[in-house]
Amino acid sequence: MLASSPRLRAILLRVAQAIPVVIGVVVISFLLTRALPGDPAVYFAGVAADEASIEETRVAMGLDKPLPVQFLHYVGDLLQGDLGQSLSSGRPVAVDLANRLPASLELTLPALFLAVVIAVPLGVLAATRPGTWVDHLCRVVVTAGVSLPTFFTGILLIYIFYYLMGIAPSPLGRLDFIYLSPDHVTGFYLIDAALMGDWETWRGAAKQLVLPATTLALFTLAPIARMTRAAMLTALSSDFIRTARAAGLSNRTVLYRYAFRNALLPVVTTLGMVFSFALGANVLVEKVFAWPGIGSYAVEALVVSDYAAVQGFVLAMALLFVALNLVIDLLYTAIDPRIGFEAQ
Amino acid sequence: MSDTTPSDLPRQPGNLEHVIYVLRTNPVTLIAFGMFTFLILSALFGPALVPYDPLATNAGNALQPPSWAHWFGTDQIGRDVFSRVIVATRLDLTISVAAVAISFVVGSILGCIAGYWGGWADIILNRFLDTIMAFPLFVLAMGIVAALGNSVENIIYATAIINMPFYARLVRAEVNIRRDAGFVRAAKLAGSSDLRVLATQIYPNALPPMMVQVSLNLGWAILNAAGLSFIGLGVSPPTAEWGIMVAEGANFIVSGEWWLAVFPGLWLMFAVFTFNLLGDGLRDIVDPRKRT
Repeated sequence: MLASSPRLRAILLRVAQAIPVVIGVVVISFLLTRALPGDPAVYFAGVAADEASIEETRVAMGLDKPLPVQFLHYVGDLLQGDLGQSLSSGRPVAVDLANRLPASLELTLPALFLAVVIAVPLGVLAATRPGTWVDHLCRVVVTAGVSLPTFFTGILLIYIFYYLMGIAPSPLGRLDFIYLSPDHVTGFYLIDAALMGDWETWRGAAKQLVLPATTLALFTLAPIARMTRAAMLTALSSDFIRTARAAGLSNRTVLYRYAFRNALLPVVTTLGMVFSFALGANVLVEKVFAWPGIGSYAVEALVVSDYAAVQGFVLAMALLFVALNLVIDLLYTAIDPRIGFEAQ
Repeated sequence: MSDTTPSDLPRQPGNLEHVIYVLRTNPVTLIAFGMFTFLILSALFGPALVPYDPLATNAGNALQPPSWAHWFGTDQIGRDVFSRVIVATRLDLTISVAAVAISFVVGSILGCIAGYWGGWADIILNRFLDTIMAFPLFVLAMGIVAALGNSVENIIYATAIINMPFYARLVRAEVNIRRDAGFVRAAKLAGSSDLRVLATQIYPNALPPMMVQVSLNLGWAILNAAGLSFIGLGVSPPTAEWGIMVAEGANFIVSGEWWLAVFPGLWLMFAVFTFNLLGDGLRDIVDPRKRT
């Protein structure tokens, strides 16, 4: 059954390849939690702890055992979804992260969508019309995009659209205080408000989203546009395009059916790198716009030295990123039929 | 820093003409070198030349917009923003240069070992690098700084760790394709030890692409370090540093005091932009396919 479907085998192989990466990520996260400055037992016992209670904490947390045993405990806790207890909120870190994740996704996903929708056509146009204003625009956008610090772009946008022009709402969170947050169904305000049919709240939430999503999109736009342009140029100068043109196919068919489909592969590959940047930039954008996502959760935790929360966040982001890369690679097999057969 | 000067890169005769040719056909690269010189000069001499003490407060003169006396205005406790922005150049460049230098050296050593001897060392290194790259890099840097402790040195180490895979992979690839090359066999036949062959015959070939990587990386390292200090890691408040100045200025942007955040932000952008332009220019110089 498995051998009969090379595509399925390639997919399973790719999923299997993710396992050592996940193990590596867990090992590094474990080392990070154990590399806390000073003695973790002293830290987790609290400020007012004496010798005895520190020792008690040490035993309670298993810190008196050798590192490999501690690691097994750590993995055991992880498998039960236990990322430890947040000192600042008093709740389990996993619960905090799960509560805040929808806010981050509601910011990141539209931003990435916006970036792809703008960057891919821009790259294609720049590649098909080299030397024109589109090409120059593409180059300026790409260079500016990689040089602009995300947090700075966000602040500039706030200054222009909130302070000077007054068309953006105040950059404080997901919803202005004049609206009530919609009933919790999915945690995505736009979806929840739409489910309730409360379009006024929907508009309010959408307005809050515009500036932070634009900031994040501007940042992620650059690598996608650059890669699309380069991949399109390579594809357009290849032999099969020349053949297709010589065979008299229309310009449109050549561009979209032949060149673009081939150029899509390296673009999808760069998306992995773009996600890495976007997840990092997300932290900064959330801080600038006081967006209550997991990024600002981690920043708040850092400020009060809430290490369990920070390390939980790092691990969660890494696992999210591994999963995203897996999805990208699987998409890759879907786009490029050769891959499944090569892996036999 | 002297590593990135153009005269360092090409070694064969005839390359000087090529450098001059590239600089002439691509004035942007020349401008980038000019901008780079400006940054270096302000890092070296800035602290001695600025008109005000970057830490001197003056409550009576707080939140003044840019004027002739204070080119970039003053901040919430009356410090001169221009002086602070210029003085910060040294710290920001130091952080990024130190981080890139560490990742350059460590990456070179690991890459050489993995690329030359292969085997287990290669497999382990690749797994290790894959694991680092499996983290969103900025997030990993946050985790490292949180674990090691909140200080400027740890910002440098964190930035070095997240940059290291790029160098190690590059060196590994360059060393790997040359380990059985004719000139390497000749050198071995002449009695050179493995280490000597590696250091004098193989590794220098990896330097030109490494220089391009360094230049592009410096910009990214500055962004990264500034991002970390923007969220409150590493540099502590009275110190002048671009990221933290933007963070402090951000509180005043909604009330219209734009100069607090905009000038350090622009300087940060300028530095990153310089290194990116320089990297593109260096690539034109060292990329053999561009030679005519």
